[in-house]
Amino acid sequence: MNLGVLDYGAGNLRSVLNAFTAIGREAKLVTKPAQFDDIDLLVFPGQGAFGDSIRILKETHLWDPLKAWLKAEKPYLGICLGYQLLFEDSEESPGVEGLAVAPGRVRKFDSAHGLKIPHMGWNKVTWAEDKPVWWKDLPDPSHLYFVHSYYPDVADPSLALCRTDYGVPFIAGIAKKNLMAVQFHPEKSQEIGLKLLKNSVDHLATTL
Amino acid sequence: HMLTKRIIPCLDVKEGRVVKGTQFLQLRDAGDPVECAKVYNAQGADELVFLDITASHEERKTMVDVVARTAESCFMPLTVGGGIRTVADMREMLLAGADKVGINTAAVKTPEVIDAAAEAFGCQCLVVAIDAKRNAHGSWTVYTHGGRNPTELDAVEWAAEVCRRGAGEILLTSMDSDGTKAGYDIALTRAVSEAVSIPVIASGGAGNLQHMADVLSDGKADAVLAASIFHFGEYTVGDVKRFLDQHQVPVRL
Repeated sequence: MNLGVLDYGAGNLRSVLNAFTAIGREAKLVTKPAQFDDIDLLVFPGQGAFGDSIRILKETHLWDPLKAWLKAEKPYLGICLGYQLLFEDSEESPGVEGLAVAPGRVRKFDSAHGLKIPHMGWNKVTWAEDKPVWWKDLPDPSHLYFVHSYYPDVADPSLALCRTDYGVPFIAGIAKKNLMAVQFHPEKSQEIGLKLLKNSVDHLATTL
Repeated sequence: HMLTKRIIPCLDVKEGRVVKGTQFLQLRDAGDPVECAKVYNAQGADELVFLDITASHEERKTMVDVVARTAESCFMPLTVGGGIRTVADMREMLLAGADKVGINTAAVKTPEVIDAAAEAFGCQCLVVAIDAKRNAHGSWTVYTHGGRNPTELDAVEWAAEVCRRGAGEILLTSMDSDGTKAGYDIALTRAVSEAVSIPVIASGGAGNLQHMADVLSDGKADAVLAASIFHFGEYTVGDVKRFLDQHQVPVRL
């Protein structure tokens, strides 16, 4: 299976590439539309603002192939912004349409309760009982590393892979047949994060 | 919420070598930052900070290599601070594999660099370090250049400003407490933490485990940074976490 990591020029992808190497999978960068033809699994570890990233993806002609990839239900792993962009829109960038693969919108945490924003650090997630294939051999709950100021308000709870709580309970990751996407950073979450990536890649390989 | 308090070992690195004592008896080379990072990774450290005390540009290349090698084997957040002045310096460290960069003197000299960094990389990448010393008026003054030069800035006001400009986190060092092993400056940490909406890492003064519990609860810190308490083999990160857990401080065990 060929893994491609979507690179639109923002953020540091080194950690993600290192994490795949650590689980015995080599991933290459996808920087041009034509490179979508060379891969079986697309990894989107985005960083940055919702609207800015979509603008850059459009400028670099990666937005349409990304939409087509998801529409064709090809294997996809989303991390952080690669999770948030799957929803319809975001309070971070009003009026900008997301990929709308999953119903719901991305909301800002409310600092009114004295919560520090970004939500930064290791938080506990509990796993959905109906999706054990993704989190096998992981503790329930697991601690994973988060850093974000917005969170998806997932409108279809049947998609939930895991849940956490930061002032408000929210769905920290979703999974369905061809796709897993999470708000936290598995590539920064030590053994548990690497194991989750390994489970996911192994599982997505069986769907090809 | 269930967010845990973070325990962050800090390694001083010069010319690619750890300069303060690291008593990792199991290591053949305790001066190698990558080897030390692996030990802290295994101990369950929540993040790691490399403080680059290298003087010259040429030696900085060595630090970039240390960061790259660490990121290949340690899958936890890594912050690099020391001598970083410009967005280009930050980009170099981030591309090497650092997750966050810390700036201190440069932020005071040209506060606009905070805005520029937040714009370029997102605020989560930027840690502003503040060195603060108690003054005669009962407040705290900001110092630069490794604590040598006093400024006109009030530490609590400066913290609020860096937060407004887009810093993602504050690394707060009490110069009065640093090196004393008599405990963190609780009043300072609490004043800063209450003045900002971003997380605060407390630093300076850790001598025992109760000190860490105190600054995380009474001082309202979100994380603690410590160097010598770990390097000299007094406590492991695991010791700290077990103690905090027993004292009702939420940690990742």
